[in-house]
Amino acid sequence: MSVLVYAESLKGKLKKNAFEVASYAYKVAQDLGTTVTAVTFNAQDDATLGTYGVSKILKVANDKLDTFNAKAYADALAQAAKAEGAKVIVLSSSSDTKFLAPILATKMDAGYVPNVVAAPDSTSPFVVKRTAFSNKGFAHTEISSDVKVIGVSNNAYGVVENNVSAAVEDFNPSLTDGDFAVKSVEVDRVSGKVTIADADIVVSGGRGLKGPENWGMIEELAQVLGAATACSKPVSDLGWRPHGEHVGQTGKPVASNLYIAIGISGAIQHLAGVSSSKVKVVINNDPEAPFFKAADYGIVGDAFEVVPKLIEKLKEFKAQNA
Amino acid sequence: MKILVCISNVPDTTSKINFTEGDTKFDTNGVQFVINPNDEFGLTRAMWFKEKQGATVHVATVGGAQTEPTIRKALAIGADEAIRVNAEPKDGFFVAKQLAEVVKNGGYDLVIAGRESIDYNGGMVPGMLATLLEMNFVNTCIGLEIEGTQATALREIDGGKEKLSTSLPLVIGGQKGLVEESDLRIPNMRGIMMARQKALNVVEPVDAPQLTKDGKFDKPAPKGAVKLVSPDNVGELVDLLHNEAKVI
Repeated sequence: MSVLVYAESLKGKLKKNAFEVASYAYKVAQDLGTTVTAVTFNAQDDATLGTYGVSKILKVANDKLDTFNAKAYADALAQAAKAEGAKVIVLSSSSDTKFLAPILATKMDAGYVPNVVAAPDSTSPFVVKRTAFSNKGFAHTEISSDVKVIGVSNNAYGVVENNVSAAVEDFNPSLTDGDFAVKSVEVDRVSGKVTIADADIVVSGGRGLKGPENWGMIEELAQVLGAATACSKPVSDLGWRPHGEHVGQTGKPVASNLYIAIGISGAIQHLAGVSSSKVKVVINNDPEAPFFKAADYGIVGDAFEVVPKLIEKLKEFKAQNA
Repeated sequence: MKILVCISNVPDTTSKINFTEGDTKFDTNGVQFVINPNDEFGLTRAMWFKEKQGATVHVATVGGAQTEPTIRKALAIGADEAIRVNAEPKDGFFVAKQLAEVVKNGGYDLVIAGRESIDYNGGMVPGMLATLLEMNFVNTCIGLEIEGTQATALREIDGGKEKLSTSLPLVIGGQKGLVEESDLRIPNMRGIMMARQKALNVVEPVDAPQLTKDGKFDKPAPKGAVKLVSPDNVGELVDLLHNEAKVI
């Protein structure tokens, strides 16, 4: 009857979103008068989940699951949910999780609501608040099925410490060949860079930067801040930056703590995609750019003058606060 | 190869979003509807399979008669035939059940849907459809090649991409990258004329439970005025971000 969590890891290490979904699940478990069980796959540091309210860890150790496989992971999670009699399953909003969630929900005859931004409005009936219309609105959605699957938006609930003692148990799901009918051939992940999905800070460039050769200062600003780099749709369509960096309505959503837009005018589709970011800064030489209406802080000025100054000031700041 | 492209009828990306009937319904007043952008990339890739590999391409949607202009547009772009399941989409699972029936009856080898619709952003129909049909499934697909019954797909992952190998029958959750923005087609007059002659079959829905229901909608709180910092005093921005916003 526990609340089940899929605690994601990468190369044996739990991801930050694992702690956020655990924190969220703890809140749901409190409301329902039960406890949280997490499932981990080949993670070395699972015991840390106890800090975020997880009482029991079902530890899956299986070489075949070293690389993420949506169907196999969904199968394992469904078996764990059944073994635990879980009625609520809490997931993140990573691209891997969005891949497996509908498979898992269908296996469990469960209603699935992704992009959830707050603790449940109520647990009876079970109602959650989620984004809709690409962040231009919110919906309060009731899940009426017996088992419920929730996808929590990045950075929406936050990581909350609730120390409990976590018991670790081995869990061996039975997997079939059919689970591996989609095979990973090659994973090409940029190493040493923060991804947009995991970033606390995102630095984004638009067409105002005039060409791909001018991205050095964007990269440098991102590096000083430990931020991910992103770009507007025209920049990705022009091939100045890879598609994976395109943020906005048809690109990736951004839900960082700080979003810095440089040379981006702020088309409605772009603003929708980044509106979940908590603090937005815009640097643009056009005072009429729509982004100024959506931003918290702004500088009207030439990016090629302002950004190098900003990098310099941030370096001074970092040196003082190191 | 027989391909089904699933089309969602969504408000144009520039639409202002408002709610009506006590904030319980999306206000369609003055809203222009289009093919969901993620579906349009898939439809365009399907056209490539039609032209280069002789595939047959059908399109399907779940919706009332008001969605027909959007389906006709898909026919004008080049799809051979269309199916409309005559029901208001209640939730993702309901839509997946309807489309599963269409796929079963049509015997499709490849089903291409968008990663998510830009209105309700559920992102669940392709995965649910694949699971109901026991077909292989690749989500956030940014590249797809088919040789015989073998498929090679590229998938966007957080911070990179992954190459996958699988086989037909296959369901794809597609997005930009399947084709480029510049590959998208605007229907020409000949296409529009031909689309009028093509079959648009209306079928009645099958029973399916509704598992989720949107109650009330609301909009983000209005934003306070932007705080402007002089370009000659960039240090002030660093101060504000540290001391006021507390984000650095």
